[in-house]
Formats: sequence, C-alpha cells, structure tokens
Amino acid sequence: MVETEARVVPERATSADDIAKRRYLESTGRRRFVRFWADFIKRRPLGTAGAVLIIVMLLAAAFADVVAPYDPTAINFPDLLKPPSPQHLLGADNFGRDVFSRVIFGSRTALLVGFTASLVGCTLGLVLGVVGAYLGGRTDQIIQRLMDVLLSFPLIVIAIAVVAALGTGEDKIANVIAAITVPIVPRVARVVRSSALSIVQMPYIEATRSVGAGAIRIMFRHVMPNVFAPYLIMLTAFLGQAILLEASLSFLGLGVFEPTPSWGLMLRGAGMQFLEQAPWLAIAPGVAISMAVFGFNLFGDSLRDALDPRLRTG
Amino acid sequence: MIPTLIGVAILTFVIMRAVPGDIVALRYAGSSVPQEIIDQERHILGLDKPMWAQFVDWMVSISHFDLGQSLWTGNSVVEEVEVRMPLSIELAVLATLFAVALAIPFGVVAAVKQDSWVDYAIRIFSIGGLAMPSFWIGIMMVLITLTFWGWAPPVVFTPLFEDPIANLAGLVLPAIAVGYRYSAVSMRMTRSTVLEVLREDYVRTARAKGLRETIVVVRHALRNALLPVVTVVSLEFAFLIGGLVVTEQVFNLNGIGKLLVDAVAHRDYPLIQALVLLLASVFVLVNFVVDMIYVVLDPRIRYS
Repeated sequence: MVETEARVVPERATSADDIAKRRYLESTGRRRFVRFWADFIKRRPLGTAGAVLIIVMLLAAAFADVVAPYDPTAINFPDLLKPPSPQHLLGADNFGRDVFSRVIFGSRTALLVGFTASLVGCTLGLVLGVVGAYLGGRTDQIIQRLMDVLLSFPLIVIAIAVVAALGTGEDKIANVIAAITVPIVPRVARVVRSSALSIVQMPYIEATRSVGAGAIRIMFRHVMPNVFAPYLIMLTAFLGQAILLEASLSFLGLGVFEPTPSWGLMLRGAGMQFLEQAPWLAIAPGVAISMAVFGFNLFGDSLRDALDPRLRTG
Repeated sequence: MIPTLIGVAILTFVIMRAVPGDIVALRYAGSSVPQEIIDQERHILGLDKPMWAQFVDWMVSISHFDLGQSLWTGNSVVEEVEVRMPLSIELAVLATLFAVALAIPFGVVAAVKQDSWVDYAIRIFSIGGLAMPSFWIGIMMVLITLTFWGWAPPVVFTPLFEDPIANLAGLVLPAIAVGYRYSAVSMRMTRSTVLEVLREDYVRTARAKGLRETIVVVRHALRNALLPVVTVVSLEFAFLIGGLVVTEQVFNLNGIGKLLVDAVAHRDYPLIQALVLLLASVFVLVNFVVDMIYVVLDPRIRYS
C-alpha cells in the first residue's frame, strides 16, 4: 500500500544501479516503519492510548500561549482561591493566578527537564555500557564498580545529593536536569552492557576488527546500532521517571523555583497549605503529573513488547 | 560486598568535599564574621587538615565503631540515627507488607486471566501506581479522609511500643501511599513470572492428574514463580529506608530520608558519611539475605 509513495527517485543519483539500491533501501525502511506503527496501533490499545496522551501533552506545551487562557504568572487578587468556574476552569491559586494556565505552562518545564535529563542520561549510559562491554578488562571493572556505587542508592537520594552539591536557584534549571541525569546513567549502562556483551562476541565484530576497524569505529558503527532497541525503550521509560523526579525535587524546594510554573512546585506551596479550602490546587497538578508519566509508561511498555519480546520483565 | 562499601565511602568523602562551601561557610553566610574566627572554627572541626588526613582520621574512628558527631547539632551520629531509625524501618516494613499483599494476588489473577479485561484493568492499576507520585497519593488520601471523615493523621509521631494505635494511625496513610507505588513493579513481575511458569510441563502434569485449578496455580505455579518477585521486593525494601524523602515531608515524619537531605544541605560531613554508609550497608545486607532466601525457596541453588 505504501509502494507508490516509496517510488521516489533520489535527486543526486549517479548510476542506474545506485538508483535501484536507494529506492530499495528507502522503500523497505519506510514501509517497515509504517507497518510497524500500523501494527502497533492495531494490536496495542494501551500503548496507543499512551501515545495519544504524549501527543496531547506535546501540543499543549508547544502551543501553551494559545491554549492557556491567562498569563500563568499574572497575579490577580480579586480571584484569590476562586473555585473552578467557566472563567477559571481549574480555579485560581492563592495569588489569583489561573491554575489551568499554570498546568499548561507547567508541561513545558516537565517536558524540558524530562526530555533533556532522559536523553543525556540514557546516551551517557549507552556509551558507558558499550565501552565497558567492548573494552572489557580493567576499564569495564572500573565502570562497573562506579555504577554499583551509584546503584546502591534510590534515585531521589542521588538526585538530592547532586542538586545540593551544584546549588539551587531561580536560573539553575540546568542543575536540576543534571541531578536527574546522574541516577539514570548507571541504570541504563547496566542494561546496555548486558545486551552489548552478547553482540561483542558475534563473528561480524571480529570480522570488522580483522579488516582493520578501530575500537571507536566498531563501538559506534557496529555495536551501538544493535543495542538501540533497549536504549529507545529505556529512553521512554526514564522520561516518565524524570518528570516524576522533577516534580519531587520541586516539591521539596530543590528543583525549579517560582515564578516558573512547575507541577511539583504548585503542589508544594499552596497545594498543601490550602488543602481544605482549595483542594483544586492540589488535585490539578497531581493529575497532570500522573497523566504525563502514565502516558510515557504505557507507551514505553508497549514499545518494549513490540520491539523486543526478550526484554519482557513485567 | 566490602569493596562496594569502601568505594561508597571514598566516593562520598571526595564528592562532598569537592562541593563548594563547608558547614562553617554556610553557618556564617551573609554575616560579617572575621576570617580568624572562621579559621578557628574550621580548626576545631578538623576541616583545615588536608583531605587525605581527614579521610585517615575518619577510617581510624570507624574502625573503633566511632561514627563521630553531627557538626550541625553536636549530637553523636548514632543518637541522631537512633531516634529516626525505628520510624523509617517501621514505615518500610508496613509499606512492603501492603505492597506484597496487593502485588501477589493481583499479579497472579492478571496472569491467570491473561489478555482479558481483568488483566487490562490490573495492568492499568499497576502502571497508574508507577505514574502517580506517592507524595501526591498521600496528599489525596489526607484530603479524602479530611473531607469525608474529618480525620487527619496525627502530626506527632508516637513510638510503636508506647501506643500502637496512635503509632499506626500516623503511619497507615504513608504506608499505603508508598506501598501502592511499590506494589506496581512486583505486581508486573509476579504476572510475567507466573505466566512463564504456567506454560511449564509440570503445570500441565498437575492439571492432567486432576488437581483443582487453585491448587495448581497457588501450589505449583506461584511457589516457583516467587523467586524473582522476592528479589524485587527485597531490593525495594532496602531503598524504602532512605528513599522516602518526599513522603516523609508530606506526612511530617522525621525519618532517615529527611535526616539525609538536611545533612547534605548543611554539609554535615560526619552525618552524611555515616548515613550513606548505613544505607549502602542495608542495601548490601539485603542483597546477601536475598541470596540466602534463594537457598530456602529453591533447593537447587547451593552456595559453597
């Protein structure tokens, strides 16, 4: 069904042979891609639901200025602690700020921190895992021991330690991201290393080496593409975790600072203080966090089942 | 496991000292205290010695089972930990019990009814547990008990042996909030291992000889599926002791997690080092106990 679409002649083709080759590669690549997702939508309703949640969240973050009816930082005392109404869909907080707008803009913070921390953490873990598995010996030992040390603490404890070390403040969102990145690295490195160990043993790696390829070329060109499936799966899984960690850190006062709208921060201040008078202040951001993480978890879970059935752990 | 602990000790030591600002600088931050007094203070606390000398001092005192004193409160580290440990352990135990009570039956049912609506519902329930921050579940539970029964958990912690009911009243909500979240992982683990075991030959044999389905599932399948579940549950238990920082904050509980965060904020080196070693030891110890439990659960495993 995709064949017609795939018959695109590459612009800078040098020979007929080249054209045929490119066309073939392009068609199989695109067709496989489309077929994979068509199959995914058909067979994995939970994963599709997760993907929809993620898309909604991405759109909300991208078009926050359009979607949000108010400026998330606009203080408006007459509306102080107003319950949900047509004017304020999710009510107003203790500064009269519109909760709905703050939730929408909060998705930007959550996604920024979540995406960056998860991408950097998983990529570092990927590199460390592959390097350890390929080089082996003392390098592997040192990396492993270091990862073991980091693994003997809960995520949040390491994140807090890093944030305390780097310092917190209004413009220190990079420190928050770093704090969430660090505990992700060893968890990814461990999984990647165990997948890479079996790939390193493959005959084609030995063949590449005997042809004269260097260690770096082998690791990046030949080992890494083959551990990409677990990498991708962990990337989505840790996105949810990272969003959760950002909320937890901000809730503790160690994450993002006012006036940046952040879901964790909304729970911290007014959410707790006015729990009885204005429960919507605590409900809305919590639902937002849960839906976001829920979306990424559902999607990541189904992606794992679809990409690599051997990785099923639960 | 000793090398891991030594690694943890060295790493914490170096990292905490590499971080800018020590306790003296933090205490006098913003005030115009003369440099001599600051230097004097550092000298009293031994912070002016070179790093290797401080490390040797620390190692020597540890070998005498002396963990030193908190630089912030002046109390001995042992005292600081002693008051908080019972609470943290009790909360971890309660949360684990709740998690197991939820995870195993639900996991088994989800596996037996694989791909039915029951399975889907249970899976959504468990992924939901992973998605909701436990501190938010805590807040919501307080909100619910407050609006419907006008009851909120007590603000002050009562030790278990003083008044068990008041003690449980304070811990039941945080235990449920944390336990629900932690049940998710073990529930999924139970589901997948039971699924695997149900396809084994001996399960077919058990069915073929006419045993009732409950007996097949509980006695033949579940027993053999439990091994990985035990691992997950125990490792989570180890993490629960120091990792409940945020939940402790919500319920105003003075536990080990809060102590650690405060210690890091104050650059209270002896306390941080002691707590980090303690948490790492708990983790290593639990790992060891798990290995021992394996031998009991699976007679095929032997350690020489």
